[in-house]
Amino acid sequence: MTDASSLALWQSLPLVCILLPLGSAAVTSVLPKRTARCWTAIVLSLQFLASILLTLFLRDPSRSYTFPMGHFPAPWGNELRIGMVECLICLFFSLVMLLSFLGGMRRLDQDIVEDKQSLYCVMILLMSAALSAQVFTNDLFTSYVFVEIMTLSSSALIASRARGRTVLASARYMIMNMLGSSLFLLGLVFLYDLTGHLLMGHIREAVDVLVSSGENHLALIVTVALMTVGLSIKSALFPFHTWVPDAYGSSTPASSAILSSLVSKGYIFVLLKIICRCMGPSLFRLSGMDDILFVFALLGMILGSVSAVRQRDVRRMIAYSSVAQIGYVYLGIGLGSEYGLMAALFHIICHAACKSMLFLSASGLIEASGGKTSLHALRGSGHRAPLTGIAFVVGALSMIGFPFLGGFVSKVNFALAAMDFHRFHRYLVLLGLVISTWLNTWYFLRVVILIYTKPEEEVQEKSIHRGVLYTFALVALIALNFYLGIGAQRLITAFFDALPAFSAAFPG
Amino acid sequence: MTGVHFLEDLSAHLAEISAIILFGIGITLLMLSRNMIKKNIGFSMTDSAIYLFLAAKGYISGRKAPIVVDGIEQMAYYINPIPAGLVLTGIVVSVASSAVLLALTVRLYRQYHTLDIDEITSLAQKEEEV
Repeated sequence: MTDASSLALWQSLPLVCILLPLGSAAVTSVLPKRTARCWTAIVLSLQFLASILLTLFLRDPSRSYTFPMGHFPAPWGNELRIGMVECLICLFFSLVMLLSFLGGMRRLDQDIVEDKQSLYCVMILLMSAALSAQVFTNDLFTSYVFVEIMTLSSSALIASRARGRTVLASARYMIMNMLGSSLFLLGLVFLYDLTGHLLMGHIREAVDVLVSSGENHLALIVTVALMTVGLSIKSALFPFHTWVPDAYGSSTPASSAILSSLVSKGYIFVLLKIICRCMGPSLFRLSGMDDILFVFALLGMILGSVSAVRQRDVRRMIAYSSVAQIGYVYLGIGLGSEYGLMAALFHIICHAACKSMLFLSASGLIEASGGKTSLHALRGSGHRAPLTGIAFVVGALSMIGFPFLGGFVSKVNFALAAMDFHRFHRYLVLLGLVISTWLNTWYFLRVVILIYTKPEEEVQEKSIHRGVLYTFALVALIALNFYLGIGAQRLITAFFDALPAFSAAFPG
Repeated sequence: MTGVHFLEDLSAHLAEISAIILFGIGITLLMLSRNMIKKNIGFSMTDSAIYLFLAAKGYISGRKAPIVVDGIEQMAYYINPIPAGLVLTGIVVSVASSAVLLALTVRLYRQYHTLDIDEITSLAQKEEEV
């Protein structure tokens, strides 16, 4: 039990990551458009800086500590729990958030009504506060509240674009998410009723007692099922992905980059914490949910890609590819081994870096083709917008799993994780990886070849100045993808060393 | 004999049982109804059902709210205030969610002049083809 007075100053940094964007969201609503944007960018950079400092100060991956919120000690008060896994995830989330916002900033003028732009910044800040709160909190009900804040702000991010079918997309998104959060909340209430605790470590103690005595066995399994299904609906696991193509495909580029790369990952991270810290892997295996996730993950990996192949709109194609990639993450969780969890964590980061870049570069290519989104119209756009073309190629190659890029390391991780298993799981995973990679190659290389083919008739490029920030964001994202491919070993080792502390009921 | 036990169980857990039934009705409405307003009603029902469950589980009959006025400090005299706190927080969250869904419904109705989500979807598709 940590006492507030015994904490070093740097240990309050996670509080900065949560409260800074949350507080400035309130201020931003009254700021004029241009100031609001600058302020948001500054706050997001500060959040990124705070998470870097936190990671540096924490240093030792096997170390973790709790931060009491308010003055009440552990079983009563609310608390944060900080370890290396949380720090790294927060670091990459805030970086991708910052870059997506910077990259999509110029398009906001075009897509969003003039006087609503500072409100858009409010939503970005709220989302980023909710993300870091979900990453750090150790209290189940707090994570529910922030899950809902994230849902509401992402619904606003989808609907913010004034044109197209965004309102319908947002309504469908809300309906699916309401279903998911109702199931999650019911599971949470059952769990509170069974254990009497809301802090994850104390729940784990009570659950362990219940499991070993065999008491309330059915109720526990129903609880695990409700929470897992609720969060997987919210994170768009196949077959709950029907809202994805509309939501990602029609909103403004910054929104689709943030939604596809971060929002679903936030829910998955909460689920990971529940599985590792609250329930414990043994109960999760006992409930059979791991096999269910495994099957749907495999189906999602393949059928998501099949749907992507059939798309004629480049942004909807990338959105369907997200469905397949969420399948990969759930595959790691469904395997349930330590290696599987590590692969899932690494893929969360890798996919975030890659998908945000793909959405940003696709929007640039579309602009260079006169605003038409169909694949055919993109012909030759790689020549018209060279850097954007390069970014798209890097993203596509990373998705396919080309060496030296993040996606390759991720796929190797999943294959290696499958090697620990007996025949059935092992061959299914390998087969799924092969089919999915083959489909990925098909639909991504098709676009890559297309954007470098000479168009039949000269397309008039719309003279839109894409701006320094857009270029900066793309270059940074390309660098990040190469880093994840080349320097991944350190990250993987850090995750491995940090996982025991992450899944322990109490720190130390 | 078992019939009597069953009835006793039923009456002892009346609130929980009705909460779960309400939850089922709400989820069905939310999923299957095509009318946006009915979907919203369904969502409100599911959340209220959960709060009913939480409030019923959190209350022990005969005990009081933990506000010390007559000097009694034994735990057995009071109930745990946390479930009530959770219900309050939850109500705020679900009010916000239904408000957002209602706002989206209003905008959809202004744009397409119908509340039927399937009809709206096909209208939006037609619009895109044109």
